[in-house]
Amino acid sequence: MYGFEALTFNIHGGYLEAIVRGYRSGLLTAADYNNLCQCETLDDIKMHLSATEYGSYLQNEPSPLHTTTIVEKCTLKLVDEYKHMLAQATEPLSTFLEYITYGHMIDNVVLIVTGTLHERDVQELLEKCHPLGMFDSIATLAVAQNMRELYRLVLVDTPLAPYFSECITSEDLDDMNIEIMRNTLYKAYLEDFYRFCKTLGGATAEIMSDLLAFEADRRAVNITINSIGTELTRDDRRKLYSNFGLLYPYGHEELAVCEDIDQVRAAMEKYPPYQSIFSKLSYGESQMLDKAFYEEEVKRLCLAFEQQFHYGVFFAYMRLREQEIRNLMWISECVAQNQKSRVHDSVVFIF
Amino acid sequence: MEYIDRLPAMDLMRSEKMMLVQLIIPVESAHRAVSYLGELGLLQFRDLNDDKSPFQRTFVNQVKRCAEMSRKLRFIKEQIHKAGLTPSPSPAPQPDIDLEELEIQLEEHEHGLIEMNANSEKLQQTYNELLEFKMVLQKAGDFLLSTGSHVATQETELAENIHVNDDYAETSSLLEQVGSNFQEMLPGPSNQTGVRFISGIICKSKVLRFERMLFRTTRGNMLFNQAPTDDQILDPATNELVEKIVFVVFFSGEQARVKILKICEAFGANCYPVAEDTIRRRQITREVLSHLSDLETTLEAGLRHRDKALISIGFHLAKWMNMVRREKAVYDTLNMLNFDVTKKCLVGEGWCPIFAKTKIQEALQRATTDSNSQVGVIFHVMHSVESPPTYFKTNHLTNAYQEIVDAYGVAKYQEANPAVYTIITFPFLFAVMFGDWGHGICLLLGALFLIAREKKLGSQKLGSFMEMLFGGRYVLLLMSLFSIYCGLIYNEFFSVPFHIFGNSAYRCRDTTCSDSRSVGLVKYQDTYPFGVDPSWRGSRSELPFLNSLKMKMSILFGIAQMNLGIILSYFNARYFGNSLDIKYQFVPQMIFLNSLFGYLSLLIIIKWCSGSQADLYHVMIYMFLSPFEDLGENKLFWGQNVLQVILLLLAVIAVPWMLFPKPFILKRLHTEISRSVIHGPWNL
Repeated sequence: MYGFEALTFNIHGGYLEAIVRGYRSGLLTAADYNNLCQCETLDDIKMHLSATEYGSYLQNEPSPLHTTTIVEKCTLKLVDEYKHMLAQATEPLSTFLEYITYGHMIDNVVLIVTGTLHERDVQELLEKCHPLGMFDSIATLAVAQNMRELYRLVLVDTPLAPYFSECITSEDLDDMNIEIMRNTLYKAYLEDFYRFCKTLGGATAEIMSDLLAFEADRRAVNITINSIGTELTRDDRRKLYSNFGLLYPYGHEELAVCEDIDQVRAAMEKYPPYQSIFSKLSYGESQMLDKAFYEEEVKRLCLAFEQQFHYGVFFAYMRLREQEIRNLMWISECVAQNQKSRVHDSVVFIF
Repeated sequence: MEYIDRLPAMDLMRSEKMMLVQLIIPVESAHRAVSYLGELGLLQFRDLNDDKSPFQRTFVNQVKRCAEMSRKLRFIKEQIHKAGLTPSPSPAPQPDIDLEELEIQLEEHEHGLIEMNANSEKLQQTYNELLEFKMVLQKAGDFLLSTGSHVATQETELAENIHVNDDYAETSSLLEQVGSNFQEMLPGPSNQTGVRFISGIICKSKVLRFERMLFRTTRGNMLFNQAPTDDQILDPATNELVEKIVFVVFFSGEQARVKILKICEAFGANCYPVAEDTIRRRQITREVLSHLSDLETTLEAGLRHRDKALISIGFHLAKWMNMVRREKAVYDTLNMLNFDVTKKCLVGEGWCPIFAKTKIQEALQRATTDSNSQVGVIFHVMHSVESPPTYFKTNHLTNAYQEIVDAYGVAKYQEANPAVYTIITFPFLFAVMFGDWGHGICLLLGALFLIAREKKLGSQKLGSFMEMLFGGRYVLLLMSLFSIYCGLIYNEFFSVPFHIFGNSAYRCRDTTCSDSRSVGLVKYQDTYPFGVDPSWRGSRSELPFLNSLKMKMSILFGIAQMNLGIILSYFNARYFGNSLDIKYQFVPQMIFLNSLFGYLSLLIIIKWCSGSQADLYHVMIYMFLSPFEDLGENKLFWGQNVLQVILLLLAVIAVPWMLFPKPFILKRLHTEISRSVIHGPWNL
């Protein structure tokens, strides 16, 4: 019942909403980023972070730091917070929280499968996986030779199993196949998540469908841009777009036939919310598109906190933290490689 | 008014008078001066580098070094904890060392520890692996003894492997060669068609999923045998105690072997070769055992060596940690200071109570002489426009009360401090609720115990709960004393009344009245001299009587307390010369409170004194609903009706008086001041 969440939401969700809002207030602010951008060494970054909530996670690291350590520890904090929330959550919030991690699960599956295809060490690959997307038998993925085996041996036990129904083929795995698999899985995942949020109803449905629609549209644009000039046919491309979002269905028709970035731009500029994103870019440029999309996403995620009594805040918080970790990674990389002039290229301020 | 002015100064009530001071400290004595001031604890530095981020400050390198040292100390402490030792300060006095020396020593210690750990870790890993191997040999051997029967069952399952038994004789000879090779992971015979096996060990928690995965990959063409190990063993990879399970998988085909090995790797199962031949197996077991005992002695020697090193560090650990923490605090404070133009002096500003001026100057003087500085520290008082911080001087009795009050809010500079009253009112109000002299005595004993052991308990680290009790020991003491007092008034000792102050004033009219305790009683002597008459206990009207008594008492206490608060606000306003607050806040508040609730208190007292049976609820409610109606039987005194109307009118007038004028007057003053040119400090 829309508008009446205030009556009952706090019975189960109140505590965790308070927790997540508390977590949000720990996000780094623009002032923090400005200070971080002035750092000369990674130790300076550590010193600055030690005054934030990351302090306890970094304090026991011996001094020659690496970017990976910083990112790893920051991710660890996110994972700890996520686990805490998941342990406290009741249905349907716990299912909602689990849905958030499926995206990472897909990424991890793809990472391991691609890695084994290129004969990389499994342990090494496992270290690179996002800890939120881990599941029990993930290491066994290396055994599989084709999609069918992948599904039958490993994924059938995971929540990803239903998403696989679209891409079971007996073809051997190759890079192209895997990329298509990733996008098909992601499409199925987003659609499922979208359906799930719709069943929750109320403000959650309203806010989450907005956020997920943006995510779907962004993926559609990315798929289009990445598939320009590859052997992916128009119909195949069309199949990878999620069946919801602002672009669905007419925008997808237009995107499916795009042959270069300017055509994508022409197609997208018909949609007012995306017009502002593309108007920031000069013609023929796609480098800055990622950042522009990230900025728009952060803006939308922050707005999710403006309304109370819905689950969107959990999704928004996780996404914002991930963006923050991406920012920290970029800053640390720039500092470590002495490229401080480029530090502002990819940092998206959250507040 | 004059009388109030002539009252002695309320020193306890007001926070200490503060002054803003500027220190100009020569660089060479800065460190010592700050550390002496830190020991004194009477000066609060202002951060003069607010705009700089932590790593842009002057002493950032020293702070970093301290942080690094404390990280090393934490590492060492953790190592000591892991080794199961307790760091204790050494009995012999230790020589003082300076920070540079400590840094070098810590570096050495950490390096040594890491090296020792690395060595023993490698050994430990080998040891664990061998231990696992031993387990596998034992358990898997048992399976293999009955292999014949297993193979027979396999034969029926696997149609393509009919000749298994025949091949078996040949394969067993090949096994010997393979089994002798320790590094060879694959014990199974290389025969293409035969049933082969892989043996290994896996965590108990993973075994179910492992088996299912094996079943899926081989499409059921395998036989999985498992046996739990006798006790928990250390995992070679993570070095944690886990329960493990020895398994033997029988399968056929080269493809399956590759897959199974991959799965083993993915699940972190360690595979060990087991010879099928009993004699060969025994031989290997013997070898493993001898290796194990060798390793054990080496490991033990290593551990002893490490423990010795750790104990010797443990002697100093507490002192070093203290020292590093102190150094870090000093540098953090130094980071709040500014360099002057010549770069030879540090300039600091801070707040200190006026009474501490001489102490601070003494400390600074000491710092100058101790560091052989040519120039002394310049200490002078500055004029300040901003409001000074609130500082209450407390001792260990008042400290706990001050903390209770601070939890609700800290008074502004020189505002009246409610903690002074709290010392009595807090324990007393607690006792009004707690009121039982039996429980009170228990509490008293507890509090006395804490106070008697104050010296001992104060020096050691207590748990969070004990720490709270210990911090509030004087609160507990007063609470228990008041509880005993209130308990005597309520006449309750563990909820049982006692005839302490003589016999009850009531007695039965005749001998048969024992059940009807309140009806058949007559008062035959004077009222019970102290507290509640014990006869109330168990009577039918006990609850209504005590409830009414306590409720009315609570109202009286509450209103007295509220009046006290408002009167304090009057003294505040007087102190700060703020007539606005008196006229538009204190006066209407007093009128409002006392015209309604003060009147109620008056009624309660009159009712108690006169023994009237008037219904006070009725009086209070109808005072609002129909103020002009006659009170009838609820009338307590002459002229009550007129008084009520007057009080009601006063209360109605007090509300807008209290709410409206003050903000408008403040706004007018504000606009006047912002319009005038002078932007000076102003006080209302």
